[in-house]
Amino acid sequence: MDWLIEILKAIGLALVIFTYLAVVGAMFGVYMERKISGWIQARLGPKHVGPQGLLQTIADTLKLLQKEHITPRNADVAIFNTAPIIVAVAGLLDWVVIPFGKVGDRVLVVRDLNIGVLYFAAMASLTVVGILAGGWSSNNKYALLGGLRSASQMISYEIPLALGILWVVLAAETLSTVGIVNAQAGSGTWAVLDWFVFQWFPFGFIAFLIFLTAATAEVNRVPFDLPEAESELVAGYFAEYTGMRFALFQLGEYAEAFAMAALATIMFLGGWLEPALPAFVWLAIAIGALAVAAVILFSGARQVLVVRPILILTLTTAAVGVLMFAGVQAGRSPVLPSVVWFLLKMFSLVFFLMWMRWTYPRLRLDQLLGFSWKALLPAGLLNLLVTGLYMLVRR
Amino acid sequence: MPKVLVDWLYVGVFAVVGTIMAVLPLVVVWLLAPRLDQPQKTLTYESGVIPFGQAWAQFNVRYYLFALVFVVFDVEVIYLYPWAVVFRQLGWFAFVEMLIFLLILFVGLGYAWRKGALEWT
Repeated sequence: MDWLIEILKAIGLALVIFTYLAVVGAMFGVYMERKISGWIQARLGPKHVGPQGLLQTIADTLKLLQKEHITPRNADVAIFNTAPIIVAVAGLLDWVVIPFGKVGDRVLVVRDLNIGVLYFAAMASLTVVGILAGGWSSNNKYALLGGLRSASQMISYEIPLALGILWVVLAAETLSTVGIVNAQAGSGTWAVLDWFVFQWFPFGFIAFLIFLTAATAEVNRVPFDLPEAESELVAGYFAEYTGMRFALFQLGEYAEAFAMAALATIMFLGGWLEPALPAFVWLAIAIGALAVAAVILFSGARQVLVVRPILILTLTTAAVGVLMFAGVQAGRSPVLPSVVWFLLKMFSLVFFLMWMRWTYPRLRLDQLLGFSWKALLPAGLLNLLVTGLYMLVRR
Repeated sequence: MPKVLVDWLYVGVFAVVGTIMAVLPLVVVWLLAPRLDQPQKTLTYESGVIPFGQAWAQFNVRYYLFALVFVVFDVEVIYLYPWAVVFRQLGWFAFVEMLIFLLILFVGLGYAWRKGALEWT
């Protein structure tokens, strides 16, 4: 009967993860995106619904729940209905292998699959099926073209994504996500340098950049969001989708974007590991961040809205720096809980994604595809080979 | 139960619960949302004009070419996964072997590049 217990545990964990995704991913993530987008564009973002606009996403969800589902005539109804579900489920299934932290000896992960990152790459590929299905079944030329373009883009960037993952697998000798984080756990006062992003500089950093670029393209975010740009093919593959079906597409893409950020922190930034630095470095970081915040606050710049995300960044860094300085001096290890570190790192990457969205112009499809096949793919393969050579020579 | 089986049981349950969670809002919409079938509503969107011609129009073969090149390199990446996992335990022989394999595929990429299979859309 223990399989029944396992099924119940699995259902429980699934509900926990989905609640986390709904609250942190959808509600907070969308709010964060809209607020930061607003500040960068010199406007305020949602403000009226709830305190500081925090309940905006709930209001939007409630609104979308009572919008009519319109199915275009001559559309392939069965596929038209399942496409958003495929995209949503693909985004959700990614989270099975993401470890959130470590409490004592237990790693907080749904299931540490022995093929962790390979499974993640596979789930990320499922989204392509949903997008193609949605574009095709809409009976709309523009949706079809948008779906095809989006699919071409996503499959083109899957190879560099896998090459970034492969670099980490080469360094960690394991496909399991927990194993990868454990391989980055160093000892000693400068153990942060054991993180893969700093490993065998610059190869780890190059792999990190390749992965991050490919991940941005995989989730159709600027500068790679041509397939769903509002000013292009009129929202592309989800042009004919109304109401909650549209929301499911967006939910799937958001969950996937967060999952990519989570995987990047696990593979390159040490996952839940605390960055081990000597105390004086933390003090320097805290003082530096506070100095920047002070310069902003006490100059005319504080009236410009775009400094608000900068202030958030610097004040958070300063707070972390002070806490870490006090903690390392007192000899506590670790100072902050592992889940806090994981979320901090993940949200830094998510913030970086949002920042890129309003900084760079969109790439044209041929530029996008050319960049993937002619630049990222050779660079990724070369990086892999050179790292392999370096590992052999060093031994 | 062996751990591997339990792992995939979890994934299966996740998929089922995920699908239910995705379908649930759609059920709520089916209960709450209005349904007013008017012919103008079901016209597909074509920048405000009446749609012209068949929707499932022919599309350029370039999409197929990209998919083809993708399949080749995806299979290559699949071969790279086990190599990367045990790389440290193998010696120079494995490295040179994989180098030859990748060089052959590099030549393939170069051929596709020169032939224009990676051009434009």
